[in-house]
Amino acid sequence: MVTLRCQLGWAKGMPGSLTETDIGPSVVSPLDRVTPPSCKRQMMGPLSFITMNWGACPGHTMVLQPSERHNRDWSHGRLGPWCSPTGSPAPLSCETGCGEGSWILVCRLLVPTQVSLLSMEEDIDTRKINNSFLRDHSYATEADIISTVEFNHTGELLATGDKGGRVVIFQREQESKNQVHRRGEYNVYSTFQSHEPEFDYLKSLEIEEKINKIRWLPQQNAAYFLLSTNDKTVKLWKVSERDKRPEGYNLKDEEGRLRDPATITTLRVPVLRPMDLMVEATPRRVFANAHTYHINSISVNSDYETYMSADDLRINLWNFEITNQSFNIVDIKPANMEELTEVITAAEFHPHHCNTFVYSSSKGTIRLCDMRASALCDRHTKFFEEPEDPSNRSFFSEIISSISDVKFSHSGRYIMTRDYLTVKVWDLNMENRPIETYQVHDYLRSKLCSLYENDCIFDKFECVWNGSDSVIMTGSYNNFFRMFDRNTKRDVTLEASRENSKPRAILKPRKVCVGGKRRKDEISVDSLDFSKKILHTAWHPSENIIAVAATNNLYIFQDKVN
Amino acid sequence: MPFQDGPAGAPRSGALEGSEGRMFARGLKRKSSEDAEDADGGVAGLPAAPSYTLQRQSLLDMSLVKLQLCHMLVEPNLCRSVLIANTVRQIQEEMTQDGTWRVVAPQAAGRAPLDRLVSTEILCRSGREQEGEGDCPLPDPAPGQAPRRPQSSPWGLDGSREGRGGFQKSLDHIFETLENKTPGSVEELFSDVDSSYYDLDAVLTGMVGGAPTGPGLPAFAPTAAAPPSSTCRSDLGELEHTVEILVET
Repeated sequence: MVTLRCQLGWAKGMPGSLTETDIGPSVVSPLDRVTPPSCKRQMMGPLSFITMNWGACPGHTMVLQPSERHNRDWSHGRLGPWCSPTGSPAPLSCETGCGEGSWILVCRLLVPTQVSLLSMEEDIDTRKINNSFLRDHSYATEADIISTVEFNHTGELLATGDKGGRVVIFQREQESKNQVHRRGEYNVYSTFQSHEPEFDYLKSLEIEEKINKIRWLPQQNAAYFLLSTNDKTVKLWKVSERDKRPEGYNLKDEEGRLRDPATITTLRVPVLRPMDLMVEATPRRVFANAHTYHINSISVNSDYETYMSADDLRINLWNFEITNQSFNIVDIKPANMEELTEVITAAEFHPHHCNTFVYSSSKGTIRLCDMRASALCDRHTKFFEEPEDPSNRSFFSEIISSISDVKFSHSGRYIMTRDYLTVKVWDLNMENRPIETYQVHDYLRSKLCSLYENDCIFDKFECVWNGSDSVIMTGSYNNFFRMFDRNTKRDVTLEASRENSKPRAILKPRKVCVGGKRRKDEISVDSLDFSKKILHTAWHPSENIIAVAATNNLYIFQDKVN
Repeated sequence: MPFQDGPAGAPRSGALEGSEGRMFARGLKRKSSEDAEDADGGVAGLPAAPSYTLQRQSLLDMSLVKLQLCHMLVEPNLCRSVLIANTVRQIQEEMTQDGTWRVVAPQAAGRAPLDRLVSTEILCRSGREQEGEGDCPLPDPAPGQAPRRPQSSPWGLDGSREGRGGFQKSLDHIFETLENKTPGSVEELFSDVDSSYYDLDAVLTGMVGGAPTGPGLPAFAPTAAAPPSSTCRSDLGELEHTVEILVET
């Protein structure tokens, strides 16, 4: 996000007829609140903003739709441009209320005199490697909040996506024989802007650029491929290295300009010369316009030819090669939306059986479907649900039973689900109850009303298996994350925070005290910081290396080697 | 304050400090909630203890406000809306079974409240999401919808109890509006314009009910003083008036 100065004004008339002379004289700095000049009947409330989408075109006139555009948090209010990139105001229909004689807010961006161009360039220059991944900003920008973390199939690469639509890929250092004690560390390998904020003109709603999920494809050649998705669009990115470049073209000179063929007297063969390693990310496919609702999951099929994307009410099956078609395989949208009581919350393909997948719902159920049974898998093959415990019933029972994540074990024999207070492991052969239930933070059970009030009860935590399916991990509040050993039944709570851990220091187990006397190292429930939540974690596929995303910081922890 | 809001934390949608001072202070609510959690044993909880009823009512009100607020943000989170709506339904089911779901007679006009299990008037929309019903709201409501409520503001009833009193509309309309997000008519955009809409702080602190307007608030605040949990849709006479003003006819 870049701060731009604007000239704001109020103009009268139909949007299509606006010219610059119509712009009223009120010029304000972005921090001020803007009200229409001398307007007795104020129809637009006060507005203020600090940042604007840097994708807008400076110097152009834009017609803005106020009110809906701003967030409650004024410091991050964003206004989306309504004009086309050429600068002419987009045709606002009369539905937006801009009739003749009405006031509409007009904004003209001034060419920025001092803009943090560095950050702009970083965003658009895919070749630049960002060397800091513990983002050490003096202010926490919302765009830096990490929204997904995923190791690739070998564990060599780790990808993160953030709220600003950026993807950062880390690569593990090759272990050198000289420094055996220094296990391979992760360094930034590539950074690119995967998704941009968009505006859905039909619905008059902004489409966030936040990366909801990243999934890697198994490596089949020298390049790496990953899928990244925001609420509406899935993209296939190719990340490749280049360490040679051709030199000595005949028709182009060194700067790439075309030469006049008449001036060429000799011919030469271009040669490849080594160059500094460059990592490029290019979008190879864009899978768009297939989802009415927000995409919450993507999952690559074990056939490596297809993948699925799931939104709140539908699941679509795609072929990687075909972007203009997708098959709808699950549709739980009721004919009458008034009857909607359940949504899809997560979905995943079976790791080995390419015809099988599961999806979880907001009512705490999991359905396993077989695509061979029918084209539209509305009828499940298996239905997993645990009967409700009547002694624990409250008005919040349904909300806390809503499953936020579902993951197959690597073996394919089990599925793990995360709801608000627990993690459950299910055997695929037993549908009536889970085989294991782990309490993540049961001390919150008595606080549900407050957590409902501040919306924390809707937080969607993810869960992960380790490589051997013996340990499961999930996040909690106060930057805590929990691990459960399925064999020994032991569990541990750890904290991901800068204050409490120096590099190479061993993480100290933490404990939350629920009442009574608080021991020295314990933290009481009332002192927990609910703004520090760990929603996204990842586990290396074969080693004990974990990646934990704490708001806008990424922590990578490894087993200590003796 | 144990549940803090950090820069990246949960939105402060829960900062309900009192509509007309009837909602509980945070500390008191926590105590009540712990009582209620204990009392929440059976499905048809005994309404005998007034704190339980009060708690249930405040939960209902909180949920209704949440449903309204969720449409003020960038795009509503469907999962969250569904969960909150289900919670509201659950409360209303229970209140109907208890017999505590009373409907004020004048508004009942031919509609038995028990016909529809869900009967809230939240339409939970921003300006452009109104057209679940197709036409703009100025004409008579389509069959199956509630009759209009009279001019008096719902807050004229029992403050925080208004959730129970005047709600006739189906909660389900929320999802219709979620689905049909096409731009509505001119009236649509401004039909729910009121001062509080743009000043969310006012909404959250419950200053909406006829509170004195600040410097930035419009002059017609009193007429559009309906709180977010009961929309202007119920007040179509006012709506026309408002629209007239806005388009300067």
